[in-house]
Amino acid sequence: MVAYILKRILYMLITFFVIVSLSFFAMKLLPGSPYRNAAKLGPELVAQLNHQYGFDKPIPVQYINYLNKVLHGDLGVSFQYEGRTVNSILASKVPVSADLGIEATIIGVLIGIILGAIAALRRGTWLDYGVMVIAVLGISVPSFILAQLMQYYFGVQLRWLPVAKWDGIESHIMPVIALAVGSVAVIARYMRNEMIGVLGSDYIDMARAKGLSRPAVVIKHAMRNSLVPIATIVIPSLMTVITGSLVIENIFAIPGIGDQFVSSIVTNDYPVIMGTTILFSIFFLVGIFLTDLAYGVIDPRIRVAGGDS
Amino acid sequence: MLENILEIKDLRVSFETYAGEVQAVRGVNLELKKGEALAIVGESGSGKSVTSKSIMRLIPSPPGKFKSGEILFEGNDLLKLSEKSMQKMRGSEISMIFQDPMTSLNPTMTVGKQIMEGLKKHQNMNKHDAAQRAVELLELVGIPNPEDRIKQYPHQFSGGMRQRVVIAIALACNPKVLIADEPTTALDVTIQAQILDLMKDLQKKTNTSIILITHDLGVVANMAQRVAVMYGGKIVETGNVDEIFYSPKHPYTWGLLSSMPKLDSKSDELMAIPGTPPDLSNPPKGCPFAARCPHAMKVCTEHMPEYTELSETQKTACWLLDERAPKVEPPETIGVGGAQK
Repeated sequence: MVAYILKRILYMLITFFVIVSLSFFAMKLLPGSPYRNAAKLGPELVAQLNHQYGFDKPIPVQYINYLNKVLHGDLGVSFQYEGRTVNSILASKVPVSADLGIEATIIGVLIGIILGAIAALRRGTWLDYGVMVIAVLGISVPSFILAQLMQYYFGVQLRWLPVAKWDGIESHIMPVIALAVGSVAVIARYMRNEMIGVLGSDYIDMARAKGLSRPAVVIKHAMRNSLVPIATIVIPSLMTVITGSLVIENIFAIPGIGDQFVSSIVTNDYPVIMGTTILFSIFFLVGIFLTDLAYGVIDPRIRVAGGDS
Repeated sequence: MLENILEIKDLRVSFETYAGEVQAVRGVNLELKKGEALAIVGESGSGKSVTSKSIMRLIPSPPGKFKSGEILFEGNDLLKLSEKSMQKMRGSEISMIFQDPMTSLNPTMTVGKQIMEGLKKHQNMNKHDAAQRAVELLELVGIPNPEDRIKQYPHQFSGGMRQRVVIAIALACNPKVLIADEPTTALDVTIQAQILDLMKDLQKKTNTSIILITHDLGVVANMAQRVAVMYGGKIVETGNVDEIFYSPKHPYTWGLLSSMPKLDSKSDELMAIPGTPPDLSNPPKGCPFAARCPHAMKVCTEHMPEYTELSETQKTACWLLDERAPKVEPPETIGVGGAQK
């Protein structure tokens, strides 16, 4: 098991390096300049600024310098916010986004699993069809459409909930729902299919043949086995949540990292773009790693296979 | 005369499908005596598994449906029990061994826990006692190092060992009736013999009545005292083992016996019964075997024959046994070379 974990960590480092390199060069291909009024500054001033930030050096040299700084934990200084380091910007935005993301994921996964299980247990009834209709809608309606519909009806028309901002529990409801609906839909569909397969398997008959009650059969035998594949799609659905949050944070004016990321790209704020990308990629890599570990905890067959390798 | 522990009377089970109603079991009568091993033989789709699952009431409904009949266990009709009372019967009074040990154990639960579940449910054992009993059971079914093995998961066991675990689970609460649905089909031949020996041995020790579902006549000869031959959702012939092997009267039983490979046969080819089983969504009016029977007469396709009692134990449903029918000798190929005893 230890060897397995070490191997996975090594792969993570390699992946991380590739992501940082690719994003660095991709970013250099972005059109535009980081200086807001480059035309008014005049060529001399621009040249001086370029020298100050090291942009006059060839790109490979800039790349090496940047990598060196990243290895020392220094993500640079923002161009847009004078004197603020990228680290401090990220640190102030992350808690808000994490809050939103975690709430949306927990709600999405829980509701998805419950709806999927109910649909499977009541297969072929109106409950099943109802859940599947919700799932298809959830997958096909983009979160930003749903967000704006909710803003209009619950915020503007009915005035039940605040239209935007991020203070107080009421302001969380709409953005969390908008973000979670996609995962609810995906997970409910997976869960339903898994559960139907598991319910038809011999060991469920066997459990019933022991005389266990229906709830005991469902909870002890069917649920756990259906959850194995679900563990692997929690992270992809988390990714949906994160990419979704780029837009949702904008729509609801939530001062999170997604909102920050979008504006940093618009303004060519190189250090913030890179810093955010690095943060996201670390987050994804760790998430995928944890998924694999969780897989092993749920399914003992994988635990052993991993330990042997 | 031994007492009947289980009696099936005119059982009819159907499945609703898109193609219409499939009548899987069409009026089965059977009785199981205390301490006896009864084999139900027949090819795939003959209704033998549906009959056995009906006894456990494990037929999913919908699509499955009991059309009529009674299943009397010690005089009580199982089909009339509430789901709750049925749960008390399953695993404690009647239990079941499934066909494929690779899929009949829950992969995410330790073997010990799977054995203990039934004990906790039916005998109100606490964790400690149940664990102790689980170790005893594994020992009983011949699994070495049971103390360590109960903490392991099914994937850490071989196929034969898993089937031993399944047997241990089935026997955990000392059931009075054990239904074994093709318990050796999924195992390789040497393991098959071991599992059969184990089951025979356990039957002697516990005096459990066994219903053995199989299409393997070798297994029948080895284990059972009585045999019911099923075809097209009906029982076409019953008798004790000697009668079925040495003086079968139904042409389908002849066909089954002929299709068994013989040790002394010089031919490379296996004998087969030509044709396919009847479509039970549109079952034949007469004898279900008529379409494949080499001796079929006009009456066979139109009327189901009544049972003719040939002895106290042997009953056969065939028009050939009618006094007006021509005399037909059973084919020589039914020779009992394949039956080991």
